[in-house]
Amino acid sequence: MNIINIEHIAKIYQVGLEEVHALRDVSLRIDKNEYVAIMGPSGSGKSTLMNMLGCLDTPTRGKYDFNGVNVSEMTDNDLARIRNKEIGFVFQTFNLLPRSDALHNVELPLIYAGISFAERRDKALKALVDVGLGDRVHHKPNELSGGQRQRVAIARALVTNPSIILADEPTGNLDSKTGEEIMQLFNEIHTKGNTIILVTHEEYIAEHAARIIRLKDGLVEKDEQVQNRYIPQKINSSVEL
Amino acid sequence: MRFILFELKEGMLIAFRALKANKVRTSLTMLGIFIGITVVVLMSTAIKGINNSFQDGISALGSDVLYIDKWAWFTNEEWWKLRNRKSITLADYEDFKSQVKLPIAVAPVINSQQTVKFDDKRVDGVFLNGSNADYVKTTNFTFDQGRFYNEVESNASRQVAVIGSEIATKLFPRGDALDKIIKIGNANYKVVGILAEQGSFILGPFNPDNQVFIPIGTIFKNFIAEHRGTVTFNVRAPNPALLEETKAEAEGVMRKVRGLRYDEENDFSINQQEGLMAEYNSVVGVIQIAGLFITGLSLFVGAIGIMNIMFVSVRERTKEIGIRKAIGAKKRTILTQFLLESSAICLLGGIAGLLAAILGSMALNQYFPTSIQVDAVIIAIGVSALTGILSGFAPAYQASKLDPVESLRYE
Repeated sequence: MNIINIEHIAKIYQVGLEEVHALRDVSLRIDKNEYVAIMGPSGSGKSTLMNMLGCLDTPTRGKYDFNGVNVSEMTDNDLARIRNKEIGFVFQTFNLLPRSDALHNVELPLIYAGISFAERRDKALKALVDVGLGDRVHHKPNELSGGQRQRVAIARALVTNPSIILADEPTGNLDSKTGEEIMQLFNEIHTKGNTIILVTHEEYIAEHAARIIRLKDGLVEKDEQVQNRYIPQKINSSVEL
Repeated sequence: MRFILFELKEGMLIAFRALKANKVRTSLTMLGIFIGITVVVLMSTAIKGINNSFQDGISALGSDVLYIDKWAWFTNEEWWKLRNRKSITLADYEDFKSQVKLPIAVAPVINSQQTVKFDDKRVDGVFLNGSNADYVKTTNFTFDQGRFYNEVESNASRQVAVIGSEIATKLFPRGDALDKIIKIGNANYKVVGILAEQGSFILGPFNPDNQVFIPIGTIFKNFIAEHRGTVTFNVRAPNPALLEETKAEAEGVMRKVRGLRYDEENDFSINQQEGLMAEYNSVVGVIQIAGLFITGLSLFVGAIGIMNIMFVSVRERTKEIGIRKAIGAKKRTILTQFLLESSAICLLGGIAGLLAAILGSMALNQYFPTSIQVDAVIIAIGVSALTGILSGFAPAYQASKLDPVESLRYE
């Protein structure tokens, strides 16, 4: 079943007097439990596509069905609700609230979902334990390493049990060893049945996915299954990050 | 409804978290509101206090007493017209008193400022009143010791005096004034009565507490040549409801006494406390409004401070807003959060200001009558909450409108 169904989407920005075609004409489908990487050089439109997929932005033209619902013409509030319930974001720069501890950061989407204190505390704790941070729940982001911060962000993305996880260069700010650990975590999450969309410009990161969509100049250049998919080794579980 | 409460509660927690994270900034911003609320509340309680004591003072004058005088308390007439009026004499008084029927008491009064001495103690600039035994019936005087001088003493122009409570305390700190001989000007007087505390500070020298009363004949004999002074009649109506009737009768009788023809203007004025109140309101009312306006300005400056800080805060936290929106905060949620932040600053500042004002008014109360009323408390809290919402609205609205994509990119 399609989770994402995009038909002839275009996004045009007005910069001064010039029109910039960030996306010209993109169509794609993503199924449940897929693991997709979106690749492309800078300026190819992959960030724009990610914002579109993440319901942070709406297309200028075309149709976007999310779980069978047309989101391309939704109001800001409805989009906020979709982002809250259906989409888990993981960003390159982590984007945690700097003054709040890990637990509160993970709780935040549940607050916006209107879930009661006790229930969300349980869920947030469990999500943190799941990413291996059960002993760091009251640490603030600046007391955590890069890898740990990204784990908090992943816990935050998972806590609402969303339809898709949208990761934008999740290893971009991490050293290669830590990056590998994060990619392994994504692999686990995927194995558990989640749908993951990964935006990256690095080939070896993209090869963790099962399918790679390559963008160029606002068009899909190539959309193919990965032949030799790289499955990360289970690293020692007592990870020191 | 339940969801709104939930959002308010969570918004409040988030707001307090943000305020706690920025303690210095929060407290400096609060200071603006704190000062604003403190001065506004102090000002309004001081005004209230002055009003109250003025009311007290006015009612000491008696709402049922008319003062018939050559001079008018308040008038649009040229002063020289009043000056050219004939003086009112004791003979006029006898004439007037024998003809009026309504008043329960009529007393002639004339006064002079004198120094009162006992031993080495002295009080300068005392209002010295000369009248007759009926005077006390035109007042609500109560006595601490002794009595008012009687008809015999008054008719014989004896050297007797009734003194106000403050004069008594100043000259006789031990409270043994009765029957002592005091000196007014160059003559000796026996103290026959000491008034209990009567009026309020607001009347100044007009407060009976600062006055001395002697027989009118005595004052003419010692201080004022009879042909040069002009006498005032204190006319007391049976009750306040009959004041207008008493006034009408008094005017008619007075015109007869003064021998005025039907087409001649009154050559006297009938004064009453009502005019005093109106005059007070027109003068002091303006001062009060100006005072509240000026202190209100400081509150306004505080509000601008809050708005300014909230704008800075929104800009500084653009990224945070982007994150919150990305993970599902609605416009309304962001708006509520920032409004709650500014309201919390204002409310906390306002409550602190209120406490300071209460302490301040307690301290001031030793010099000056002040009173904190419940309405002042409600108004202070209401005004500070309103200030928070009004000054926080524009920044909060700006925050709620931010585009999530752009604010996430903001560094």
